[in-house]
Amino acid sequence: MARYQFEPFDYVTPPELSGAASASAPVIIVGAGPIGLAAAIDLATHGVASIVVDDNNVVSVGSRAICWAKRSLEIFDRLGVGERMLEKGVTWKLGRVYRGDREVYNFDLLPEDGHKFPAFINLQQYYVEQFLVERCADFPDLIDVRFKNRVLSVGQDETGVTAEIDTPDGAYTLRGEYLLACDGANSRIRRQFGLDFEGRHFEERFLIADVEMEADFPSERWFWFAPTFHPGQSALLHKQPDNIYRIDLQLGPDADPEEEKKPENVIPRIEKIVGGRPFKLDWVSVYSFNCRRIDRFVHDRVIFVGDSAHVVSPFGARGGNGGMHDVDNLCWKLAGVVTGDAAPGLLESYNDERVHGADENIRNSSWTSRFMSPEPGIEMAFRNAALSLAVDTAFARRVVNAGRLSVPCQLADSPLNGDDAGGPEVPQKVGMVALDAPLSDRDGRPTWLMNQLGGRFVCLVTGDAEAPADLPGGVELVRIGRGGFGDAEGHVQERYGDAVYLVRPDQHVAARWVAPGVDDIRAALARCAATIAA
Amino acid sequence: MALKTEFNLGTDSDALFNELLQAHEGLSREQSEQLNAGLILIMMNHIGESGIIREAVARARAALDA
Ligand SMILES: Cc1cc2nc3c(=O)[nH]c(=O)nc-3n(C[C@H](O)[C@H](O)[C@H](O)COP(=O)(O)OP(=O)(O)OC[C@H]3O[C@@H](n4cnc5c(N)ncnc54)[C@H](O)[C@@H]3O)c2cc1C
Repeated sequence: MARYQFEPFDYVTPPELSGAASASAPVIIVGAGPIGLAAAIDLATHGVASIVVDDNNVVSVGSRAICWAKRSLEIFDRLGVGERMLEKGVTWKLGRVYRGDREVYNFDLLPEDGHKFPAFINLQQYYVEQFLVERCADFPDLIDVRFKNRVLSVGQDETGVTAEIDTPDGAYTLRGEYLLACDGANSRIRRQFGLDFEGRHFEERFLIADVEMEADFPSERWFWFAPTFHPGQSALLHKQPDNIYRIDLQLGPDADPEEEKKPENVIPRIEKIVGGRPFKLDWVSVYSFNCRRIDRFVHDRVIFVGDSAHVVSPFGARGGNGGMHDVDNLCWKLAGVVTGDAAPGLLESYNDERVHGADENIRNSSWTSRFMSPEPGIEMAFRNAALSLAVDTAFARRVVNAGRLSVPCQLADSPLNGDDAGGPEVPQKVGMVALDAPLSDRDGRPTWLMNQLGGRFVCLVTGDAEAPADLPGGVELVRIGRGGFGDAEGHVQERYGDAVYLVRPDQHVAARWVAPGVDDIRAALARCAATIAA
Repeated sequence: MALKTEFNLGTDSDALFNELLQAHEGLSREQSEQLNAGLILIMMNHIGESGIIREAVARARAALDA
């Protein structure tokens, strides 16, 4: 199968230095990782222009994010790359947990059908970035990606931001209204601002290897506590596209990274896992992990997004997926502020909602890290007790923590939430991302509910409920049943009942009623947009 | 429901206490710790109410300083 070919992106002398007409955009995005690129696309879908600068000129080399969660795929789909990712990625939803060589537990991350996207796909980060860079090119008037443009420092005043940028042709200054710091875990901007990156470092070291081999392993996540092939430590196996497998091996806190990375040490370990199949070592690296975040993500006109704001250990796949939640949450708000439809105060809700989300991710991945590498003594005793019990005692299987994988963040307590005026007892709640369901359009063609939501405020009317005759400006009606889309498999009825929902541009339900008046909807909308221009 | 702090073990209390000790006989310190941990997990699941479990943990912890 054709492997990914790393092709450097072209460096172009920026107009500020070439003498061409100087470009300007309201938003400067620092970092063309998955988060910066996704933010540029999301803003472009709202008609807001950005300049993306990155110090590098290739996609992420080596083994980084592979697991993309259903919610991220829905966001990527809204941005126009979800289907491509799904097609290229390896779909999975089943995780198996072994103790020694015996399975103690397995979990199905999406036990129900009627969703466009699966629980997870595995897809190398370099593909995701490649797809995003290509998608950016669909917005030539709105997205200007500049490689080999390194930000040296950032400043701000009452009316805007400035970034000092270095290039192979020299330095220049960019001015914009807002700046997104998407410059990753070692964020220079975070350091320049003197922001504490508080949290915990885990001493444990992990060897992460990508190996290429022909194998018929199923598309599942396999996690071992103390397998015979790696005594006393844990191991994780994931399948990726192009016949590449990701292997994570816990090494203990005292391992010497340089020593462990040597092929003569790595290869025998992998041979034991793959049981004699021929394989080729693609990438190996030794990591230790942090769970940290900065106190606030919004610093006036400089906003931290993705790894620059928060980092987690990878065992819940919450890093990149958490960053995608940030993008989803921020971009419609920032677009509203830039275009004048919303008050700048709305950005504070990004801070509230995503600090809440980051805490959830940090909590979960810290708990997993602690279960995987307990301190000797009583922590080890509890860990081993749970594992031993799990063999025969059902409840203990759910106590075993081999990773709590990224799930949609619930915003039940968000200040943006409006009414939840009763309504049916259904799975969909206010503050939750909308649940997907298969639909049929007016011509009977199949489509998905998620594809009708997002990008703008939607008044979603399901079943027998009635929307008010005229909706406030800026809200679009989407009706399921009674002359609207068909509820193809009855999932809308089951997930939403008969009700009226206000759905935010990030596909989260902001309010719900049985029979709202136009003022109810206007009030909920005003809450979400701080003050929306009438 | 609140954590029961009044006596609740009927006439078997001395026997049960003794059986706990017996269960640990012949175990290494490490095995004993694991046994205790397993027991706590089983009982915690049996109780199944986070409020009660948290109260129990807090009370046992406070008793360390008594
Ligand atoms: C081993 C491993 C496994 C992982 N597995 C998963 C997983 O399965 N699922 C998941 O969701 N996440 C996973 N993650 C986390 C994921 O890789 C990160 O969360 C994700 O890359 C964050 O994206 P980002 O765009 O915020 O930062 P980055 O990807 O780090 O991108 C930052 C960009 O900013 C650029 N930059 C930095 N400084 C400057 C500057 N001064 N000027 C200009 N540009 C600059 C950098 O060159 C880079 O391109 C994993 C991470 C690791 C290490």
